Amino acid sequence: MKRRRYHVIYGIILLIGAVILLYPLLWLFSSTFRENQAIFTETGLLPSSPTLSGWKAAFSDYGGQINLLSAMANTYAYVLPKVVLTLISVTLTAYGFSRFQFKGKRIWMLLLFSTLFLPQTVLYVPQYVLFERLGWLDSPLYLPLIVPAALAGETVFIITLMQFFRSIPKQFDEAARLDGCNSLQILWHILVPMLRPALISCGVLQLLWSVNDYMGPLLYIKTPSRYPLSIFVKLSMDADSGFQWNRVLAVCCIAMLPQILVYFIAQRTTDSPIATGGIKG
Amino acid sequence: MKQHKRFAGFCKRNRHILYIVPWIIGFLCFQALPMLYSLLCGFTDFHLFRGITKIGLMQYQRILTDAEVLRAIGITLLYTGLVVPLKILTALFIACLLNRSMKGIRVFRTLYYLPSILGGSIAASILWKALFRDHGFINQILSLLHLPEIAWLAEPNAALWVIILLRVWEFGSPMVLLLAALEQIPTSLIEAARLDGAGAISIFFRIRLPMISPVLFYTTMIQLCAALQEFNAPFVITDGGPRGSTTLISLLLYRSAFTEYQMGYASAMAWVLFLLTTVLVGVFLLTRNRLVFYQEEGGGI
Repeated sequence: MKRRRYHVIYGIILLIGAVILLYPLLWLFSSTFRENQAIFTETGLLPSSPTLSGWKAAFSDYGGQINLLSAMANTYAYVLPKVVLTLISVTLTAYGFSRFQFKGKRIWMLLLFSTLFLPQTVLYVPQYVLFERLGWLDSPLYLPLIVPAALAGETVFIITLMQFFRSIPKQFDEAARLDGCNSLQILWHILVPMLRPALISCGVLQLLWSVNDYMGPLLYIKTPSRYPLSIFVKLSMDADSGFQWNRVLAVCCIAMLPQILVYFIAQRTTDSPIATGGIKG
Repeated sequence: MKQHKRFAGFCKRNRHILYIVPWIIGFLCFQALPMLYSLLCGFTDFHLFRGITKIGLMQYQRILTDAEVLRAIGITLLYTGLVVPLKILTALFIACLLNRSMKGIRVFRTLYYLPSILGGSIAASILWKALFRDHGFINQILSLLHLPEIAWLAEPNAALWVIILLRVWEFGSPMVLLLAALEQIPTSLIEAARLDGAGAISIFFRIRLPMISPVLFYTTMIQLCAALQEFNAPFVITDGGPRGSTTLISLLLYRSAFTEYQMGYASAMAWVLFLLTTVLVGVFLLTRNRLVFYQEEGGGI
């Protein structure tokens, strides 16, 4: 009985903490329904005179070339293939490293781990020059954003998956080999189904990070009609700073929603999709 | 013939390297060679449109005499020194709070992680800008509490804190790792200590903290690397201002590379940042054996 009461009190404390922590997001959501003057005079969650003008303005065209929905479509049009290609390449690499022997494996492994601490900042200039020479700047296929990831550029995921591969006993591979599977078939039919939770969590994280990525599109996408969401959101702030805050906040809110949705869905389908997340920033 | 056979055998034995070939190509093309390129670039005056006219150490000499760069390095170090401990301590505190088996704890874990998934997003930075504006949400709260309002984004001393607070708010990623580490501590260990009469505080410092120290160390290092490279938040919230007080080195690097197209100077700056990171991580690694407790060696608790 006493233990139960203790749990209730503990739960209330945690709830208060969560409300404080998430209040900025709740305030953001409610402010999208406020008049512009009211945004900076009200601290509560219920708008005194609710309006939909912010949401309506959020969907209007920006400079005639891009609007919120097309920016969102642009984003997911390259992020989804990026996620799929990341998962394929990362799985193959982790499989190769954790299950097989080949010449030079130790050196490659060392190089792999060293890239974990390689600051992306150092790579901006040379990669920009490289992509410029390749003619990939402003590529309609978003090549500079997809290709490095499609070649297993995210070390974090390789290392995570290697740990998962290590936790699967090699007897599974042996049994399948005796049944006549080659190594690729073993991976596809035996190991990938077991890795499903890990793959989902890597996929979700890559999705969230890629949607959040701002520097990449900022450097490599020049044509306004190809702008992804992150650039659009920044532009909408630059254009409106000072007056149409309800529009800006509505844009932010809509930009965040798919991510929050993906996160909650993933949270339900796997045990702990975010456990990988601690590995990066 | 024999040699041919031996070669075939060599190929057969090493054929599984094919699995990592995509990674090797990506590593060479997008990481290793660009690194080398940027190193060489730092010793030239490469301008994206004017090309190279001189080769030498002048970019590094310029960095040493450029007050703006030196100040940016100082601010970057200050920012890193503040944000990393604050974020890790917050994450540790919340992880301890959530390390409990009770009904609904998973819901709380989900909620406490939520700010982190918005992570580096521009939308989160804009939200922060709205919160800390003059007459913004935070200042309204301050005046409700009869405290003086602060010009967060105009006051050089306050602006850096706005960015720090945003990053601390997103404590979720280290929290998840620390929470996982806390859960792996065998309960028998805690119970034994409790039977010996240890209180909650000494259990934390003598058992929990040493047991999670490897993870704590690792996550601190990751945060350190991330903080040194911070770009999005200062770029969106303050654009380096007021009066350069939030101009981190990455902002300066971006400006000289992509608005002035001085690729050589930017490369030199990037390498200074890289060396700084390496030195800090290196120093940190050297202290590892003192700071981190390894179960195999420690033995008798």
